[in-house]
Amino acid sequence: MKLKNSRLMLTIAFAFILTACGPVVEEESITAVGSSALQPLVEAAGEQYGAENVGKFINVQGGGSGTGLSQIAADAVEIGNSDIFAEEKDGIDASKLVDHRVAVVGITPIVTPGTGVTDVSIEELQKIFTGKITNWSELGGKDLPITVLNRASGSGTRATFEQWVLEEGQNSIITQEQESSGTVRQIVANTPGTISYVAFSYVNDDVEALTINGVEPTDENVKTNEWLIWSYEHMYTHGEPTGLTKEFIDYIMSDDIQATLIGALGYIPTSQMEVERDVEGNTVPVE
Amino acid sequence: MKTKKLDGFMKGVFFVSALTSVLAIILICIFIFAGGVPFILDYGLSEFLFGQKWSPSNTPASFGILPMIMGSLAVTFGAIIVGVPIGILTSIFMAEFCPVWLHKILKPAVNLMAAIPSIVYGFFALQAIVPIMRQFVGGTGMNMLTAIILLGIMILPTIIGLSESSIRAVPRSYYTGSMALGATHERSVMRVVVPAAKSGIVSSVILGIGRAIGETMAVVLIAGNQPIMPESLTLGVRTLTTNIVLEMAYASGEHREALIATAVVLFVFILIINGTFLIIKKKGAK
Repeated sequence: MKLKNSRLMLTIAFAFILTACGPVVEEESITAVGSSALQPLVEAAGEQYGAENVGKFINVQGGGSGTGLSQIAADAVEIGNSDIFAEEKDGIDASKLVDHRVAVVGITPIVTPGTGVTDVSIEELQKIFTGKITNWSELGGKDLPITVLNRASGSGTRATFEQWVLEEGQNSIITQEQESSGTVRQIVANTPGTISYVAFSYVNDDVEALTINGVEPTDENVKTNEWLIWSYEHMYTHGEPTGLTKEFIDYIMSDDIQATLIGALGYIPTSQMEVERDVEGNTVPVE
Repeated sequence: MKTKKLDGFMKGVFFVSALTSVLAIILICIFIFAGGVPFILDYGLSEFLFGQKWSPSNTPASFGILPMIMGSLAVTFGAIIVGVPIGILTSIFMAEFCPVWLHKILKPAVNLMAAIPSIVYGFFALQAIVPIMRQFVGGTGMNMLTAIILLGIMILPTIIGLSESSIRAVPRSYYTGSMALGATHERSVMRVVVPAAKSGIVSSVILGIGRAIGETMAVVLIAGNQPIMPESLTLGVRTLTTNIVLEMAYASGEHREALIATAVVLFVFILIINGTFLIIKKKGAK
């Protein structure tokens, strides 16, 4: 009996060892890690690319811009996705990284419908997020206290929003924080008087996007830089890309993908931008 | 001969399996401490533990986790106040007063509660408790009280399960002896059986504390997550665990190290809680 049992166990143990040895096929794969805002695009493009090129796989993982940048700086993955410039992030050696700006994302303030306010100025936004305006009635809306909702510290969306709304050295009030745009949208939709900010693609009927100085948050206004709150979606490589990494980035930058997939997923193609922006936020027109 | 060889081999297999868990805990210790302790020493232990300002994106950044430590303690304490009386009374009921048919429903229900993923509890609270709070307390409805109520519910299965089995483990002679002396059923249970199960019940509470302090995904959805000192039940709160999960994805450099250091503090908390559990259990065994 004892013998039989141990034989059984041995068989099971070997079965486990043997399953690890699959057939050997020529396969190539790269890994892209980082920004959750960019993830849907890279995933969709990766799937399409994999379908068109048999045996080539693009593994896409989330984890946030911080993860993307630190992984690519450590040369641990092939592509690091980020919402912000590598130079803006502390503790990242950006000198060895090569930036590929695959898309642009516009960010808009959103509020719960029914505040009575649909248009604000940048100065008013600034006062809301620094706690100087605390009631919608101060902006001509209903007598309803303003609840400010932030994304977590270090989020690319928050960094972009604060870069264009707050002045140098100003800090947002300490307030509620949530970790994802989906949660932010849900809370804004359900909680009267709440203001926060999300990428254009997250705006739906449950929330109300504000216009700023009468400028509407649309792709067209981002392209002309009339809407200031936007950022690039970066795919960083460690040094100039080679092999499959280069092929894949070229694929995403190709006219075909830029014209179809990127718009369909709610991003703005970099190729359609009429301005170009650098790390400091200076813009120059693109001819 | 062959049998002996096989026996020896399989002994090895079992031994390695047993070592895996020990090895895992040692590796976790090493990595967490190696990642977090240098930052703590660099930043200053007292500034880190007693600093009241957490603002990693400011220049200069400040990494004081006292609001989160107090937040964790306050929420856990509240959850104990909510969950322990309900849990212990339920376990006494289930062990001594519950009709058999009801027990057949209650027991699987409690087990199911333990198996529900915490994110599901979070969604439940977001949809059910938060709107009620918003109505009665005002604001967003995401505050310390919401977190306390949810955690109070979440620790129930831990407390009920362990307390019930420790009450059932009390030798039946205690109960029959008390009955023979003329005590009623209620008196025998409350004055003889439950006190005899005291160490088991206290252990269950301590495990409940461990569960409450370690809970993450449910709390992050409903606590508001403001890094402020917990001053009022109706204000938001951020715990040690939610601080890590909220910012880890975006953190790099010093910020990331500060979050790992937060994990060190949490780890020490859990060590203390489990140590207390072991001591009480040992005392009970004597």
